[in-house]
Amino acid sequence: MKLLTFILCCCYLPSFAGIIKVGRQQPFQTITAAVSVAKNGDTVLVDKGIYFEKNLVISKQIVLKGIGHPVLDAEKKYENISIKADNVTVDGFLLQHTGVSSMIDYAAIKIYNTHNISIINNIINDAFFGIYSQYGIHCLIKNNVLTATAKNEQESGNGIHCWKSDSIQIIGNTISGHRDGIYFEFVTNSVIWRNNSFKNLRYGLHFMFSNDDAYITNIFENNGAGVAVMFSRGVKMFNNYFKENWGDAAYGILLKEINDSYIENNHFEKNTSAIYAEGANRILIKKNIFKNNGWAFKIQASCMDVTLEENNFLGNTFDVGTNGSLVLNKFTHNYWDKYEGYDLNRDHIGDVPYRPVSMYSMIVERNPPAMILYHSMIMALMDKSEKVIPSLTPENLKDEHPLMKPLPL
Amino acid sequence: MIIANNINKQFGKLKALDNVSVTCNKGECIGLIGPNGSGKTTFIKSVLGMVVCDNGFITFNGKNILHDWQYRANIGYMPQIGRYPDNMSIGQLINMMKDIRNEKDMQLDEDLIKQFELDKLMHKRMRTLSGGTRQKVSASLAFLFNPEVLILDEPTAGLDPVASEILKEKIIKEKAKGKLVLITSHILSELDDLVTQVIYMQDGKLIFHKKIEELKTDTGQEKLSKAIAAVMLKTK
Amino acid sequence: MKKIIKYVIIDILRNKIILAYTLFLLALSLSIFNLEDSSAKGVLSLLNIVLIIVPLVSILFAAIYVYNSAEFLELLVSQPLKRKTIWLSMFTGLSVSLVLSFFIGIGIPVLLYEFSATGITLLIAGILLTVIFVAIAMLAVVKIRDKARGIGAVILLWLYFSLLFDGLVLFILFQFADYPMEKAMVAITAFNPIDLSRIMVLLKMDVSAMMGYTGAVFKDFFGTVAGLLTSLLVLLLWIALPAWLSVRKFNRKDL
Repeated sequence: MKLLTFILCCCYLPSFAGIIKVGRQQPFQTITAAVSVAKNGDTVLVDKGIYFEKNLVISKQIVLKGIGHPVLDAEKKYENISIKADNVTVDGFLLQHTGVSSMIDYAAIKIYNTHNISIINNIINDAFFGIYSQYGIHCLIKNNVLTATAKNEQESGNGIHCWKSDSIQIIGNTISGHRDGIYFEFVTNSVIWRNNSFKNLRYGLHFMFSNDDAYITNIFENNGAGVAVMFSRGVKMFNNYFKENWGDAAYGILLKEINDSYIENNHFEKNTSAIYAEGANRILIKKNIFKNNGWAFKIQASCMDVTLEENNFLGNTFDVGTNGSLVLNKFTHNYWDKYEGYDLNRDHIGDVPYRPVSMYSMIVERNPPAMILYHSMIMALMDKSEKVIPSLTPENLKDEHPLMKPLPL
Repeated sequence: MIIANNINKQFGKLKALDNVSVTCNKGECIGLIGPNGSGKTTFIKSVLGMVVCDNGFITFNGKNILHDWQYRANIGYMPQIGRYPDNMSIGQLINMMKDIRNEKDMQLDEDLIKQFELDKLMHKRMRTLSGGTRQKVSASLAFLFNPEVLILDEPTAGLDPVASEILKEKIIKEKAKGKLVLITSHILSELDDLVTQVIYMQDGKLIFHKKIEELKTDTGQEKLSKAIAAVMLKTK
Repeated sequence: MKKIIKYVIIDILRNKIILAYTLFLLALSLSIFNLEDSSAKGVLSLLNIVLIIVPLVSILFAAIYVYNSAEFLELLVSQPLKRKTIWLSMFTGLSVSLVLSFFIGIGIPVLLYEFSATGITLLIAGILLTVIFVAIAMLAVVKIRDKARGIGAVILLWLYFSLLFDGLVLFILFQFADYPMEKAMVAITAFNPIDLSRIMVLLKMDVSAMMGYTGAVFKDFFGTVAGLLTSLLVLLLWIALPAWLSVRKFNRKDL
């Protein structure tokens, strides 16, 4: 509610205040000049054109609005916009040629230790960092398009980078070609909703030490290593698409040291490993679709109380892979397309348990080069014999109630 | 025409040919005689190149046969047991042989095919044939291309008396044309009126190679069978 | 030579087994393509058949056929024909007819349903495997006179290439688990045409990412034109070497 009031305030504030126009035919030729005379609550309207403002610092509570996406060019030396006041809105700019440095994290728009900032409808091309929030609180980052053509991880920054921030809303942004699409470190109580993050060098979404955040209806596609979720708790991931994160070390989601979290109604399609879990505890993975992945779910023995229920496993090469024999996790009521059991009492639940870990996946886990025997006859035979007499695969890793038909998800 | 020089052949421990040297010339009809397993068939197969000698060499018209294969165009061979692709009919077999040879201005000698009345059996599959009919096919094929040399391994075995007679007549006729004929047979009596020379083999060794008159005067016997029996007794 | 090849092929095509083999492959590939929801997955299922059934049928059929053609060979050898010609004609005839079966049974469905680089690679692999196993069969037959022993040997050879060799690879992998074996594995696959074809097709299928670092090493090698040509060359060597050895042996064989 508080948040809503704030947004409303942002929208109404300019109408009470003065408007300062910037443009070739306007009183002010540069934005810097306009900002310098502006008072708190003013709106600076910028006409179409190209502006070389060096580093534009906003230290007043103003609305900076572009008409027809005026270009702010930082000549590859500076930060385009630095926001150092509360209640600032940056709307409708095209930001380009952000400075690149190995010492300073230059960003197209950077928030310094302020609150109630809105960054909306901007186009950010080839930035080092795109939008950077440092100690930002109650910020809205919405409908921005960030495109970069990074070649390697060292010389590139993240699309939307949040550090030690709180209550951030990241909505409807499109991010591609950066190092990480969206990066969170020490960010709490935030929501990431309806973003599209693809073709980033490293992760589509990368977050660490960020508790109680929600990720809803985002698409993470074709990123170098998928999505990494590490050292956090209270993470909620709903309705996201994790697609074609395909590569040597690519994951749909990499879960590392994650506690008390929920992964529900997501689609995992064509990922090398759809979910890779290491040191994850008390996680509920429910009603997801795992389709055509290499491994649908790789769970290390360091995980505890992970529950997989009511998921559909379709056409994955390996359903579950694990490295240990001790299993403290629960698999129940999932649909596995490889299940060959029967249902005599017609309750739509298979009468014999399903063991999702194949002999071959165990072997590969212990000895990765054994992957060269993929699709060889010896592995097919070993898998078959293992199904009859389990020896290497963990005895109690099984779904006692496998479904006979896929769930309608 | 065919000269074998000190040829040896060993099958495992068995010495099938032991230092055999033979010279055969045009117009001769040579009977190759010896007990079972004496190396007659091995010798014939060596001449045909089906068995490769361990050492020694064989020449045909002065050329070593080891790296030659065209010389076989001049040899008609009738094997001891004629075995042919089961699925083929007699007609297909004969056509195939003609097709494979396919020499220009080839003079085909189809006398035997007519005399054995094989033309009526042309559609029959090889696997359905009796042993005798097979022999007829073998004989017909041996003579078909009008070769200079005929090698006949037990030609009359399995043939009925009529067919036997036809074949003998044919052999005599070809001999008269000046061809070299090599025959092995157990039935010595039927060689009597055919052969001009006799090669006697035992345990892979060539015991003797004589003109038939010579042999008869040496042993004082009129019949070939008696003469050979006398030789066998002597060697024991 | 052409004539003998012609007669061999005519004779083989009259054989019911070759017809059954063709129909079996055709039925299998059509049903796979119709059952699988994507034809790319169909190719993956077909791969198993190509790797298991095609070598087995090729090696067994070729061996039995050559043994049963002993008389025919004898007949031909007594004719004015080079032994090399006879033997290579036999080899060519067998290869052509088995490749033809393969092409009708698997090639046409693949071309219809999955005309892609993967599909083509699968076909090339299948054709090469067919010829390779005919060549291996010819070598076994010429070395072993007895039919029963020869067929036994041929089955063992097949078992070796499709199963035991991989078992050995697995054993080696676990014995040398502490060493980087990826590069060595590239070399090792050259010793088994089935493995080599399998990996060639799999890498075309874009599953290399799943194969982790090993896959990356393999991709580095097989992904390049030079690597692809090398592996094709190795497969051709697998045809040429047994064929050449068997010709040499047949030239001196007593019939």
